[in-house]
Amino acid sequence: MTVPTVEREERPAPATDDDRPAVLDVRGLWKVFGQRAERVVGTPLATLDRAELKRATGCVAAVRDVSFSVRRGEVFVVMGLSGSGKSTLVRCLNRLIEPTAGQVLLDGEDVLGYAGKRLRELRRHRFGMVFQHFGLLPHRRVLDNVAFGLEIRGVKKADRLARAQEVLELVGLAGFEGSYPDQLSGGMQQRVGLARALAVDPEVLFFDEPFSALDPLIRREMQNEVIRLHHEVGKTMIFITHDLSEALKLGDRILIMRDGALVQMGTPDEVVGAPADDYVRDFVSDVPRSDVLTLRWIMRDATPDDPLDGPELGPDTVIRDAVRTVLSARRPVKVVRDGRLLGVVTTAEVLEVIAGAGGQS
Amino acid sequence: MVAVSAPVTRRLPSRSYLTGAVLLAWIALWVLLNGRDTLPLGGAQLTPLHTRFGEGADVIDANRDSNPVFLYFVNYIRLFIDATVTFVQALISQPSFGRPVPLVGWLGVTGVATAIAYLYGNRKVAVLTAAGFVSFGLLGLWEESMDTLALTLTAVALSLAVGIPLGVWAGLSDRFNRVVTPVLDFMQTMPTFVYLAPLTLFFLIGPASATVATMIYAIPPAIRLTAHGIRQTPPATLEAAEALGVTGGQSLRKVRLPLAKQTIVVGINQTIMAALSMATIAALIDAPGLGKTVLKALQTLDVGTAFNAGLAIVIMAIVLDRVTSAASRRVEIAHRTGRSGRRRLRRMETAATAVAAVVLVYLSYTYVWAAEFPAGADLGSYVRRGADAASGWVQETLVAYTNGLKNAITYALLNPFEALLAGSPWWLVAVVAVALALLLAGVRASITAAVGCVLLVALGLWHDSMVTLATTLVATLLVMVLGVVLGVWMGRSDRVDRVLRPVLDAGQTMPAFVYLVPILGLFGATRFTAIIAAVVFAAPVSVKLVAEGIRGVPHTAVEAATAGGASTWQLISKVQLPMARAGITLAASQGLIYVLSMVVVGGLVGAGALGYDVVAGFSQYQLRGKGLAAGLAIVVLGIVLDRIMRAAAARAGGSSATR
Amino acid sequence: MAVTRKYGPRALALVAGAGLLLSGCGGAKVGETQAASDGKGGCGTVNLAINPWVGYEANAAVIAYVAEKNLGCTVVKKDLKEEVAWQGFGTGEVDAIVENWGHDDLKKKYIDEQKTAVSAGVTGNKGVIGWFVPPWMAEKYPDITDWKNLNKYADLFKTSESGGKGQLLDGDPSFVTNDEALVKNLDLNFKVVYAGSEAALITAFRQAERTKTPLLGYFYDPQWFMSEVKLVKVNLPEYTEGCDADAEKIACDYPLYDLDKIVSKKFADSGSPAYQLIKNFTWTNDDQNLVAKYISEDKMSPEDAAAKWVNDNPDKVKAWLPSS
Ligand SMILES: Nc1ncnc2c1ncn2[C@@H]1O[C@H](COP(=O)(O)OP(=O)(O)O)[C@@H](O)[C@H]1O
Ligand SMILES: [Mg+2]
Repeated sequence: MTVPTVEREERPAPATDDDRPAVLDVRGLWKVFGQRAERVVGTPLATLDRAELKRATGCVAAVRDVSFSVRRGEVFVVMGLSGSGKSTLVRCLNRLIEPTAGQVLLDGEDVLGYAGKRLRELRRHRFGMVFQHFGLLPHRRVLDNVAFGLEIRGVKKADRLARAQEVLELVGLAGFEGSYPDQLSGGMQQRVGLARALAVDPEVLFFDEPFSALDPLIRREMQNEVIRLHHEVGKTMIFITHDLSEALKLGDRILIMRDGALVQMGTPDEVVGAPADDYVRDFVSDVPRSDVLTLRWIMRDATPDDPLDGPELGPDTVIRDAVRTVLSARRPVKVVRDGRLLGVVTTAEVLEVIAGAGGQS
Repeated sequence: MVAVSAPVTRRLPSRSYLTGAVLLAWIALWVLLNGRDTLPLGGAQLTPLHTRFGEGADVIDANRDSNPVFLYFVNYIRLFIDATVTFVQALISQPSFGRPVPLVGWLGVTGVATAIAYLYGNRKVAVLTAAGFVSFGLLGLWEESMDTLALTLTAVALSLAVGIPLGVWAGLSDRFNRVVTPVLDFMQTMPTFVYLAPLTLFFLIGPASATVATMIYAIPPAIRLTAHGIRQTPPATLEAAEALGVTGGQSLRKVRLPLAKQTIVVGINQTIMAALSMATIAALIDAPGLGKTVLKALQTLDVGTAFNAGLAIVIMAIVLDRVTSAASRRVEIAHRTGRSGRRRLRRMETAATAVAAVVLVYLSYTYVWAAEFPAGADLGSYVRRGADAASGWVQETLVAYTNGLKNAITYALLNPFEALLAGSPWWLVAVVAVALALLLAGVRASITAAVGCVLLVALGLWHDSMVTLATTLVATLLVMVLGVVLGVWMGRSDRVDRVLRPVLDAGQTMPAFVYLVPILGLFGATRFTAIIAAVVFAAPVSVKLVAEGIRGVPHTAVEAATAGGASTWQLISKVQLPMARAGITLAASQGLIYVLSMVVVGGLVGAGALGYDVVAGFSQYQLRGKGLAAGLAIVVLGIVLDRIMRAAAARAGGSSATR
Repeated sequence: MAVTRKYGPRALALVAGAGLLLSGCGGAKVGETQAASDGKGGCGTVNLAINPWVGYEANAAVIAYVAEKNLGCTVVKKDLKEEVAWQGFGTGEVDAIVENWGHDDLKKKYIDEQKTAVSAGVTGNKGVIGWFVPPWMAEKYPDITDWKNLNKYADLFKTSESGGKGQLLDGDPSFVTNDEALVKNLDLNFKVVYAGSEAALITAFRQAERTKTPLLGYFYDPQWFMSEVKLVKVNLPEYTEGCDADAEKIACDYPLYDLDKIVSKKFADSGSPAYQLIKNFTWTNDDQNLVAKYISEDKMSPEDAAAKWVNDNPDKVKAWLPSS
């Protein structure tokens, strides 16, 4: 009988451990607003923090030296407080805002060099975007709004309307084709926004706080909708939010920004379980940890006294889902992967997580 | 008011104290220096600049037949416009193509107008249109009305053809917008009288000159409102379109223009109103139509005839206004009748309406009874006699009271104010103006004020400018008093609105020449008469804008105050008026601009000063240069006052926001 | 709304149908009753400027009537202020001005310098310009008609506009007045107030006579208003040749104007019978006042007024016609 050892190094998983290829590779991205912004990057000015820079030059560094890569099919969430530079970051990716410095590689090709027709083609065919305030055309019917992206591409009317109809059904708006945007509720309008982005069948979808303007109930419904769509169409998504629970719910990985800079990047449980600094810790302090953390985060090494005949669970089981099993098991629950015992979890650990929100701070 | 003492004033302890101090110092110095350096200039006196201006016109005259600009450019424009107007006249107003009557007679024109009103507006405005057009005939002014309509429509069509593209450009380009804005200010404040005579040198006597004169006044609203509409496109929508990869052209065609459509229609409406308001003045250079009737009647002080024609102008204005307003509302709900069944019905309706109009046109082409308005039904003579009687009665019976009113306001308000402005040395007034602008409106405004003062002195018309300024400010004050009182009343009650609105419309569109005689009878040839004329014209705008502002106060705020037990008076003074401040500010600045545009009319009824200079410059060859200078002085006054007022309002609004 | 809407097309169709029916019933067709064309030829088109006062309109109406009826001309009337009308000589759009008051500056420019206009003789009307009071004042203060007594009565003429002095209500802006200089040089305790238009002047005099309020103002004759209220002229120091040479130093009355006619050079050279007519045209102040009265008081159209006068005065008209 061997005592299994816990593989500690498995916990904070490095960001690159997935072998799916990167669709979008962002390197050293800067955006500085203001006069003669280019003098900032690559000079000592770049080391100043935002407030100091503003005082010294009048420029605002909205995005400061951010690098990350997004894998195909991933939901990549960018999170941060209002003003932290999220919108600017995402707009740099499809060049609605011109970055000051850095690289944005799409399938290995730098799109920052694109201009004119090439840039338009990029936006028309490969990127889609959903906005916080919808940005619908009030004078067009829902169907025509959805078909708009195809229309400007020059798709024939019958074809584009058929496609729009298809996408409307996908987002659950069948029957509202002939309505006008202002006749719809906020949630439905955002479905139209979503459908418009999906209609052109882009490779990458950007969402800039799409649900912030919606009621909580509708918001939850829309989040589920995104999850469903992600399953159905499997698009790569870059999702901006200032709402941690939304980030945790949707994100495969989360990038946290503060004052334009990257603070932490990782999976939801990494962010909650191992906040990189006080800013992030503060952020996650209200999160019910049992909803996010997996058993991996609370299991302890099995001691020789532990009876090892309890039930088995995987290390990625969310604590909340494990509670019933652990509490009713009356003996330590084994955390097992590929037949290897990684550790055990007992009532004590679970209760500490559930009750111990206070223990954190 | 709160804003003035708001905490923004870090450097200066209190702006209102300083303002008061400046005013007191002014009065004290005025007592000492009264009458010195006031730079007066006699009625027939000229400065070298005036002479030089006058010679400028001769240069045009001398080069007209040889200069390539004329030969290849101006002349073709003239030919084109002349041909266009003549064509429209042949269509609806003048005997043409060898026929004793125009191509389309009264029945056809009425039918087409009604059909258009029905298709683009609604049933109600269609009825109004039909009634309006028939009334032109009943007033005995069918042909004159159609001439006016022909000229107005041509001028409007050309104004839009020029104005909308320029407006789009100004909406897209900040640089162009900055360039064009002062030009538009200039076009709107420069009195028509100033450029009427020179225009006939460019475009000769005839429809072209009248059309161009009308266009100069009517284009600015088309440009401004188009630019405004284009600019107003929500950034979120633009961004969304851009993210989808639209080209510049697509963004304009598919996003900006459709979204700006409603604002552009409002611009069209204002362009039409502006064009119509030129009907009378254009008649001074032989523009055909109702304006001529008014001017002719004025020669014999025939109030009845003038009123009759003025009434037709008012009716035309109201019809055109209501139809375009209805059309702009319709734009909003344009496709909303959406569902396919309704759509088919709509198409049938359109077809039926069009067929009906065509039938009426055919009838009026073929049959005399439908071509010429039956002479039997003569409403005009009743209107004429009624107006004559009313005017006579007013002049005979009211004059006893009106004299008192005139004297009270003149001695208590106007004369002291004028003495202060026109009696102080020019440099003192300039210093005070700069100081006040600095205190109330900021550095930029004070620079504007300084430049303005220098220009007025340079134009050689300082004293006249100050006299006109005094009259203008008093008139604006009265306009605002009326504006606030009536505007609040109107904004709070829909019933009052319904009753008052047509009266206001009439005040705004009735040519001043029509009511000059009765008010001259009441108040004599005085500055006060000029003030009354200005108030009649300018108050309606202010009243409407204030009412708009009051109506725009959020319902919740009113509800909260009412729930808190506020009395009606408290509600008005503490909630509605303060919250409608933006509307009231706009009312004041628009009121001022409208008052300024009546300076020349004021010159016709005894206001003297700049208005008289302009009129005399138009009539007397020697004084043409001075007239031009006076027109420029009016423009300077208008632009300076407007800029100061706007800056002051922005500052007051801004500081109240930071509270 | 929706329901009523539905009847819209039907109602319109009904109207149209009714119209068709009516037309079936007949009614005269356009063109059926057209009179024979009226041109006798040989004259062509005459462009008459119409300056904006009734006396002018009277001249023009009579000339136009005769030109059309007797000579078969086509007369085009153009409503224009004086300066614009003179400009019209240069641009070739005006053939004749048929009552001109002085305007030496314009004569100099268009007749002497530009040579696009020529004089066509006097109209026979004498123009009087000066200062007038309403008749009730002349009756009550008989000596007021002498300028020397004006200061004595200055207080009577005080108004809200005149700043403590007596008010001299000045002109219609069409005319260069010497009044500011006169007041100064004659040492009068008056202030010139600009009424700004003929309408303002007439209304002021009319009200002054009606309410018996004092008024001293600039006016002129012939003018139709004179036949409604016969204003009384105040005599200024008598006009002598050259006393008005220096505008700043004027201290004399306005001269008597011989009103005249101006035609474009082109028109004069054209040999048009209408030119002969205009050149020959003369009549008296009374003649003009009569036609002006028809127009202003009896509210006849200028054409009717002219027809009436021409029919009543065939001899005078005959003298104007070209001899050929
Ligand atoms: N066009 C701009 N000009 C200047 N500063 C801007 C502009 N857009 C954004 N900023 C500034 O950049 C910072 C980041 O803004 P944003 O990207 O909108 O943040 P977020 O979306 O996270 O709320 C903010 O401080 C904002 O004021
Ligand atoms: Mg944002």
